[in-house]
Amino acid sequence: MFQTLTDKFEGIFGRLGKKGRLTEEDVDEALREIRLALLEADVNLTVVRGLRDRIRARAVGEEIHKALNPAQQVVKIVNEELTASLGGETMQISFASRPPTVVLMAGLQGSGKTTTSAKLARWFKSQGRNPLMVGADLQRPAAVEQLRTLGRQIDVPVFSEPSDPVAVAAAALEEARRTGRDVLIVDTAGRLAIDEDLMEEVRRISDSVQPHYTFLVVDAMTGQDAVNTAEAFHQRLSLDGVILTKLDGDARGGAALSVKEVVGRPIAFAATGEKLEDFDLFHPDRMASRILGMGDVLTLIDKAEQVYEKEEAEEAAARMLEGQFTLDDFLEQMQQLKKMGPLGGLLSMLPGLPKELRNVNIDDRELARVEAIIKSMTPAERAEPRMIEASRRARIAKGSGTNPTQVAGLVTQFTEMQKMMKKLGGMGTKKARKDRKGDKRKGKGGSRVTGKGGVPALTGGGRVTPKGTKAGKAPLMLPGLDRIDASDLDALADELDRRR
Amino acid sequence: MSAALWILIIAAVLVVVGGAAFVATRSRGRDLELEPTPDERRPGTGTVTTPPAVEETPPTSSVDTAVPTEAEAAPVEVGPEVVEEAPPAEAEAPPQQLEPLVKPSFFDRLGKARTAFSGYLGGLVGRGKLSEDDWEELEEALIQADVGVATSMSLIGDVRDLAKGSGADSGEDILGLLKARMHRELEGKDRSLILDEGRTNVWLFVGVNGVGKTTTIGKVARRLVDEGHKPLLAAGDTFRAAAAEQLTTWGERAGADVVRGNEGGDPSAVIFDGVQAAAARGCDVVLADTAGRLHNKTNLMEELSKVRRVAGREPGHVSEVLLVIDATTGQNGMSQAKVFTEAVEVTGVVLTKLDGSAKGGIVFAIESELGIPVKLVGLGEKAGDLVDFDAPAFVDALFE
Repeated sequence: MFQTLTDKFEGIFGRLGKKGRLTEEDVDEALREIRLALLEADVNLTVVRGLRDRIRARAVGEEIHKALNPAQQVVKIVNEELTASLGGETMQISFASRPPTVVLMAGLQGSGKTTTSAKLARWFKSQGRNPLMVGADLQRPAAVEQLRTLGRQIDVPVFSEPSDPVAVAAAALEEARRTGRDVLIVDTAGRLAIDEDLMEEVRRISDSVQPHYTFLVVDAMTGQDAVNTAEAFHQRLSLDGVILTKLDGDARGGAALSVKEVVGRPIAFAATGEKLEDFDLFHPDRMASRILGMGDVLTLIDKAEQVYEKEEAEEAAARMLEGQFTLDDFLEQMQQLKKMGPLGGLLSMLPGLPKELRNVNIDDRELARVEAIIKSMTPAERAEPRMIEASRRARIAKGSGTNPTQVAGLVTQFTEMQKMMKKLGGMGTKKARKDRKGDKRKGKGGSRVTGKGGVPALTGGGRVTPKGTKAGKAPLMLPGLDRIDASDLDALADELDRRR
Repeated sequence: MSAALWILIIAAVLVVVGGAAFVATRSRGRDLELEPTPDERRPGTGTVTTPPAVEETPPTSSVDTAVPTEAEAAPVEVGPEVVEEAPPAEAEAPPQQLEPLVKPSFFDRLGKARTAFSGYLGGLVGRGKLSEDDWEELEEALIQADVGVATSMSLIGDVRDLAKGSGADSGEDILGLLKARMHRELEGKDRSLILDEGRTNVWLFVGVNGVGKTTTIGKVARRLVDEGHKPLLAAGDTFRAAAAEQLTTWGERAGADVVRGNEGGDPSAVIFDGVQAAAARGCDVVLADTAGRLHNKTNLMEELSKVRRVAGREPGHVSEVLLVIDATTGQNGMSQAKVFTEAVEVTGVVLTKLDGSAKGGIVFAIESELGIPVKLVGLGEKAGDLVDFDAPAFVDALFE
């Protein structure tokens, strides 16, 4: 999601970061870049202008003088403006006091209304509701059949009849009342915003069912025209929210910003995959953070939470930074990592990675080879890889179905990594490590730790929380990002490459 | 082993540890837990949780027990009845006696969408010497048509040079220069669809989700039938629910045979069967549908490469690989074109939904940067609403 925009901002703010203090020209330079980045991300031109003006008004004001680090100040302003533009807070869905709660889905052809209807139904079900879906798309061949198939997959009934869409919707409402279904999701045919007849038809559907929520389904890949579409639908139907689909693609997703800005209604949900469970409430703060070069850290953490034991990970990281990281630890980390999904996907979510690295295609099979090599070592060898000489190497290679050169390569790289980590560990403030120890003493009630000046220190295995998270502000930086920045990783990668 | 992998492992540990504390302070109001492996979707043959009976729900299924009786009395047969809802001219035509297609002219259809923008550049035409703001306006007009920032800037840059050289400076002249420059970019491309005689041609339709692949195939089938060819449709979209039904309906409308497999089956197998059937029945072209896929899903793109390979096995002869792009698509279209071309050697682009208010400027960038010609344009939902790409008209329309 929004990946390329992230790249852009990383470039801009990387440059700004190297200067001591921001001048007005700097701000303008940054704004020009931001304008280009946003336009390339398909944010509507008019929306970009507004956003740019707001950012400038704030950045060139007095706020800039208070800055400890001017670049961060601009990042913060841009972040806040983007978050605000994307919707501020996550949308809350409430339910009608007199059921059913009626939801109307509208949008262009191919935006994903039918699939999204089913995903939404599944979501309502997971909220303990009993949805009924209505197949009011009588236009596209087999659209109702598609909805029925999806309905069977999630065990939600589908109502439809071969009459006309308005009649179907009205009858479905009766049906829901009669059978005690408390949520009614009306899937309508895709239509062009400029098609008078069809727009009028959807308005009549809306009149007949009086929806509590009218959602516009918008493809994340939409370009400049998103605004026209949103305006037209909003005029007819008075939208309550937007559902953004196909966010699992690599589109920069500027349409989200544009639509939100024009309609003034929140982006309620986001669909992030073809599976029916790839759907959740939209988190504007996450999206803005991602735009600002933080990667989709929160998503990554969610994933990691499911597979990692926190304590374990902390210990491993601590050992790693003290240079006591063994091949066993490494193997374990790798196995945990594998559970989190394909490596390429994970890599793309990591913040601060230079885009060359982010776009690297990692073959998951490489992991298997490494695993085989390590598993062919004795425990002693794993703890002390230096003892591996030619004959041991030959044995390991035989055992793992590789060749001695590959074994040697792994050992060299591992030793290098150990050194690197030690160095990186040394960079982490001693304070952070002390805090971690203190934390352990305090046990579960452990406090949040912030570095000096409100900038989170390197994690260094410590527990770090950016300031102000609780206050609902989006975190400015990923913990540790200020230290492990792109250049550090770059250097690390270069170094590793050279030694290879 | 790549350096990236090492970094990933290191970074993952750091992120997890830092994140653990971060998460602890964050509200825990998540409604849905993510699946542990969300990327591993689309399982292989037979593992999709689709009930075997696609045609009609048996009354015993769990779905229907949830629907009380009256809803059951009124379920829809999707098929001919529903087709009646389609534009009458279409639905009433029995498959064998197709009504002559009324082909819209390129401009007719575009016209109605463009009112919102007409006059956008009108002010420029009457103007004398263009100011910096005017130039910017010109560039923004291109950007608003989704031509893209880089392409727009380079075009405007060229025109500025041209203007300097020729001494042209009035708004009208400049606009003329720009259009001429853009016309030239799209000139001399071979936009014909290749159909080699005496062979079982395969036209493969690819693209991201929801661009209109299936609908386009329906229209192309109709057009080929009209031209005296004998197309066969292969329902290679085995993933999306009811995609095969949709294609079958189009096949009936066009009077073409449809070969389909099981939902969740192997698309290569379906298309292979299609090619075999076409060869046996003397069809000269197989229109192969594929499931929509986002181009950043490596495994799905690999699946597509395989489909292409299998489609080209004797007697199959892949003569066109058509990338379908939705006119509303923004800059992501370029990325789509690049990746799909890498995977399956795209031979042409079909630009759909150009009858809306979107201008589809991204295909200009695709054609000029990647050299992939736009061959067909979709201008509506009827079978006849598919026309050859008219490059000059398209360029002119970008400015309307």
